[in-house]
Amino acid sequence: MAKIIVVTSGKGGVGKTTTSAAFATGLALRGYQTVVIDFDVGLRNLDLVMGCERRVVYDFINVINGEGNLNQALIKDKRVENLFILPASQTRDKDALTLKGVLKVLETLRKRFEFIICDSPAGIEHGAIMAMYFADEAIIVTNPEVSSVRDSDRIIGMLSSKTRRAVQNLPAIREHLLVTRYAPKRVISGDMLSVEDVQDILAIPFLGIIPESKSVLQASNSGIPVTLDKKSDAGKAYLDVVARFLGEELPVVEKKGFLTRLFKN
Amino acid sequence: MSILKYFHTLRPKKTAAVAKERLQIIVAHERNLRDSPVIEYLPKLQQELLEVIRKYTAIQNEDIKINIEKDGEYEILELNIVLSDENQ
Ligand SMILES: Nc1ncnc2c1ncn2[C@@H]1O[C@H](COP(=O)(O)OP(=O)(O)OP(=O)(O)O)[C@@H](O)[C@H]1O
Ligand SMILES: [Mg+2]
Repeated sequence: MAKIIVVTSGKGGVGKTTTSAAFATGLALRGYQTVVIDFDVGLRNLDLVMGCERRVVYDFINVINGEGNLNQALIKDKRVENLFILPASQTRDKDALTLKGVLKVLETLRKRFEFIICDSPAGIEHGAIMAMYFADEAIIVTNPEVSSVRDSDRIIGMLSSKTRRAVQNLPAIREHLLVTRYAPKRVISGDMLSVEDVQDILAIPFLGIIPESKSVLQASNSGIPVTLDKKSDAGKAYLDVVARFLGEELPVVEKKGFLTRLFKN
Repeated sequence: MSILKYFHTLRPKKTAAVAKERLQIIVAHERNLRDSPVIEYLPKLQQELLEVIRKYTAIQNEDIKINIEKDGEYEILELNIVLSDENQ
């Protein structure tokens, strides 16, 4: 049975799209049939980060409205087997997404894919709710910074009240905390919340840390998911996150060879 | 270490620690609100209370503070109205 995973945060610009692209690529590298959907209708960006912006013909909204079929809209990644992208519409607004329409597309994707990654738009409005509504699991992307942590808590509240699993009294969405743009030096100097601090406050199971890294911008500049950059520390951290997500026990590296610690949830 | 330097390291609380403390307070507060059914009608309640009080005395919007605290099974609705000297 396919798993639907939403990548969400509340606050904008914290790394949801970067994470969606890297995580989906990581799962596909492991051999899983994976599709990543851009829910940021009107502000399509996943296509750029994944490097397929010139191959977009039909989009998510076209499929919902029956203006094109799913096979026409899905873009097959040229580098990684088993990886597909469903781009957002650039000309419509988020209200073009309806629960009925999203469900129809997800039901079809479920038959073909093992993992469906939903890249949420920022905010707590309609678009963010559409992205999280049908999720089985959620990756909460949080920067070690006050407004991001507070907004993440808000999103955690919505996951347990405004989603299908909550409304229909089904088992709760599995939540995963991903702390990104982490700068260990600043944590040591006392200027940045540590990952333990963030976890203390949000109190959801911990999935991993992604360091602040120049390679993330370089990767998005070139349209290459950072997990494909073998030299990137962030890419390596995302691969670890994928492994941990798949149930492998891995130590958490806060800084190469400096602080290595095993986190237990 | 010189005395001066010693006091310098003692004095400022690291900003990350300040951030954590502030977050713990605000997040606990917002969770309480979120889990409470009272939240639905709180803004309206606040507005109507203001109108009632205005029949008797002049009062600014910010002079009334409503808060919900959870205490085990109970919810406590805290209402604070500040009456300044002038409007008494
Ligand atoms: N680990 C990282 N190190 C350095 N830069 C990063 C990291 N993660 C993300 N960024 C940068 O932060 C910016 C925002 O990232 P991204 O677009 O993934 O965020 P987002 O949460 O999807 O934003 P939005 O809310 O607008 O959709 C980008 O410029 C990206 O390159
Ligand atoms: Mg984004």
